[in-house]
Amino acid sequence: MINTHDILETINMIQEENLDIRTITMGISLLDCIDSNIDNACSKVYDKICFKAESLVKTGEEIEKEYGIPIINKRISVTPISMISAASKGDPIKFAKILDKAAKEVGVNFLGGYSALVQKGFAAGDVELIKSIPQALAETERICSSVNIGSTKTGINMDAVKLMGEIVRESAMLTKDNGLVGPSKLVIFCNAVEDNPFMAGAFHGAGEPDCVINVGVSGPGVVRAAISKIPDADITEIADTVKRTAFKITRVGQLVATEASRRLNVPFGIVDLSLAPTPAIGDSVAHILEEMGLEQCGACGTTACLALLNDAVKKGGVMASSHVGGLSGAFIPVSEDAGMIDAARSDTLCIEKLEAMTAVCSVGLDMIAIPGDTPAEVISAIIADEAAIGMVNSKTTAVRVIPAIGKKDGEEIEFGGLFGVSPIMKVNTASPAKFINRGGRIPAPLQSLKN
Amino acid sequence: MRGIITVVGKDMVGILAKVSGVCAENSVNVIEVSQSILQDMFCMIMLVDFEKCTVAFTEFSDKVTSIGDEMALSIHVMHEDIFNSMHRI
Repeated sequence: MINTHDILETINMIQEENLDIRTITMGISLLDCIDSNIDNACSKVYDKICFKAESLVKTGEEIEKEYGIPIINKRISVTPISMISAASKGDPIKFAKILDKAAKEVGVNFLGGYSALVQKGFAAGDVELIKSIPQALAETERICSSVNIGSTKTGINMDAVKLMGEIVRESAMLTKDNGLVGPSKLVIFCNAVEDNPFMAGAFHGAGEPDCVINVGVSGPGVVRAAISKIPDADITEIADTVKRTAFKITRVGQLVATEASRRLNVPFGIVDLSLAPTPAIGDSVAHILEEMGLEQCGACGTTACLALLNDAVKKGGVMASSHVGGLSGAFIPVSEDAGMIDAARSDTLCIEKLEAMTAVCSVGLDMIAIPGDTPAEVISAIIADEAAIGMVNSKTTAVRVIPAIGKKDGEEIEFGGLFGVSPIMKVNTASPAKFINRGGRIPAPLQSLKN
Repeated sequence: MRGIITVVGKDMVGILAKVSGVCAENSVNVIEVSQSILQDMFCMIMLVDFEKCTVAFTEFSDKVTSIGDEMALSIHVMHEDIFNSMHRI
C-alpha cells in the first residue's frame, strides 16, 4: 500500500493548502459552423456546443467526487468568433448571445472565444467584432473576449493597440453600474496561445483538433506551504522544493485530464502548469514570494524570486505531464491574490513593478484597477508596453486593466467572487497620445544578436 | 477499482466498526488497514476494493462521509490512482 505519509500529504494539500484543479476546458472548433446566413450559423454554433459539451459538467463533477480533488470550473473555449462571423456579415452580437445561451444550457460558468487575431492586420469581420466587444460583454453573462494584437513573428499592430484602448474604456463605461464586468472579461494579448484553458483569455486556435480537453492546475498554497517547511534553506533548495511540489500538482492535473478525456471520448490536449491564485487565504502567489524572504511582494528582489518560481514550476511540471501547453507559469492577477491586494494597498507594489514582473512570469498586467479618468490612449500605451515585453522576449503577455469609472487612485473596487477586490493603482498620465495616434505596425524584432 | 478511505479525528470507541460496517453492507472488500494514534488524534487508512460494490462509488462515498459528520471525524474516500500518480513515477 502507498505509504501513510504520502496519503496524508495529499489529503493535507487538498484540505488545508487549497490544491485544486482550476479548470477543465473543452475546446470546440466552430469552423464547420460557418454559414453565409448569420441565423443559420448561430443555430449550428448552438447545436454543436450543446452536443459536444452536453456531459462536460456532469463528468467533471463525477471525477471530482471519485478522486476527491475539487475541480473548480468547467469551461468551454471556441474558435475565435471573428473567423466565423466574417462569412455571415451580420451583427456579431448575435453570436455573443447564442454563445451565452449555449453556455447556460450546458452549465459552464464561462465560455471564451469572442475573439479576434489581428497581430498583423484586420481581416474581414475583425473590426466589426472588436467594436462589438463592449456591447457583447455588457449584454451577456458568461462570454469572455480576447484580442491578439502582436506576436514575436509579426510585430505589433499599433492600429489595433489604439482601438483596444478605446474598447477597454468603452467596455468599462457600459458596465460601470454592473461591477465593471466588461473589462474584467476582456484580455489583450501578445503571442496569444491557442490551447489556453484559463479565462478570460481562452480561445480554441485554428490549428487545434475539432474538440479537445485542456486542464489547468493550480496550487499556490501548496508551494507556499512546502517552502515554509524549509525556513533556512538556500535558494537552490528552494528551487528544488518548488520543482518537486509542481511535479506532484501536475500529476493530479494529468490524471484528471486523461480521465476526463477518456470519459468524454474527446482527445486530451494539454495540461497548463499554472499557479493561479484566488482571493482565498492561503492561495496567493505573492505569499510564495514573501515566503522566499521578501518583506512584501513588490520589494526589490520580487522579479528575481518570481523568475525562480516560474522556471521551477515549469521544470517540475514538464516531466509530470505528457503534454504541457497553455500559459504555464505563475499568474499575478492583482485583485485575485490576497498578497498582491495587500501589497498594492500599502503602495509597495506599483504598476511599474508589475510590468517588470511580467517579463519573467506567465501572462501580464492582470486584473489591475486603474483610475476611471485614465484616457484611452494611456490604456493603449500600457497595452503597447506590455506587448513589447512579450514580443521581444518571445513569451505571452496580456493586459486586463479595469478603468474604475468615477473613482480615483487610492480608492478600491470590489468585483466579488473569484475576481476579488482591487485597490485602484496609480497610472503615469503623461500623454502618449501622439505615439498612439500614429498607427501602423511595430516591425517584428530580431531573434539573434540578443542583448 | 481500488480506493483509499482515510479517517482522521479524535479517538473514540467504534470508529473502525462503523466504517468497516458500511464497507460490508455494500460489499466493499477491505484489503488493508493501517491505523495509528498520534497524541489523541486517531488516524486510519484503509485500502478497499470496489469490484463487487453494490452501489455507485459516489453513493458509497456519501454514506461514509456522513459517518464522519455524525462522529465529528474527517473521512475521505478517494480513488487509489490520485495517490499513485502523485507519489509514484
